[in-house]
Amino acid sequence: MSFRVGVVTFPGSLDDRDAARAVEMAGGTAVPLFHASDDLKEVQAVVLPGGFSYGDYLRCGAIARFAPIMNSIVTAANHGFPVLGICNGFQVLCESHLLPGALTRNSNLHFLCRDQKLKIENTNTIWTNGFKPGQEILIPLKNGEGSFQCDDETLNMLESQGRVIARYLDFDPNGSRNLIAGISNERGNVVGLMPHPEHAIESLTGPSTDGLTFFTSVLHQLVGR
Amino acid sequence: MAKIIVEVMLKPEILDPQGQAVASALPRLGFTFAKSVRQGKRFEIEVDGEPTPAQMAEVEKAAETLLSNPVIETYVVKVEK
Repeated sequence: MSFRVGVVTFPGSLDDRDAARAVEMAGGTAVPLFHASDDLKEVQAVVLPGGFSYGDYLRCGAIARFAPIMNSIVTAANHGFPVLGICNGFQVLCESHLLPGALTRNSNLHFLCRDQKLKIENTNTIWTNGFKPGQEILIPLKNGEGSFQCDDETLNMLESQGRVIARYLDFDPNGSRNLIAGISNERGNVVGLMPHPEHAIESLTGPSTDGLTFFTSVLHQLVGR
Repeated sequence: MAKIIVEVMLKPEILDPQGQAVASALPRLGFTFAKSVRQGKRFEIEVDGEPTPAQMAEVEKAAETLLSNPVIETYVVKVEK
């Protein structure tokens, strides 16, 4: 049987279709979830896609956090349910306090869109177990507020617990602390990532197919359960 | 009718590239007074009559949960008549 992975659509989500397509390419069944409902439709994992939820008014992800679907996701995530937040999804996870820190305006103030090299730092999470430790990947990065910020204590905790899952390589795009591109929660079921793996699943449209591994990782993990 | 004001600022240790951009634009216009600039947000909330202590407590809660992100920001609540 095929595993069901939900993809949430908020008002202003842009990359929900690409995320759903990535789930299907990886061998899963993509299930559309809607922000205004708290029904997770028996999915076994969830992707919060990129975009500009609720116009990114107030702060990125700040209003999406209070959507009914997020209540269900936060409760489930605290019990080990796999959640991947990409770009705006990462911002929503931080605003929901499922992940520590916050994403702020890029240090150079520019909206950036480029193919970005990353180093995978942690392959023990539900979403990264298909990578080799230290693997270098190339996936698109496109955001205006991608600078990961947190206090020193949080940064030390993330580093000492190995919760930085990916770091920017060769180029600092946004002034993130310690070049952090993605982090996980303590359990490794919740992962937030600024760059976009769902745009790098086919050689025709992406700079690589490296992004697919995030989606195959979760499916392998679900099979093993 | 009173106005409750909530002012939200980035914590001092958080980089404020918007404020820096403003600070570097000022001298280009001949304004040389600024040593540094930090940019924040101001919310003006209208309520009927004098705000009650219960309302102020509610605003405080809203400021902490929605209007600011305590990870990167601080806020001040005050009443304007």
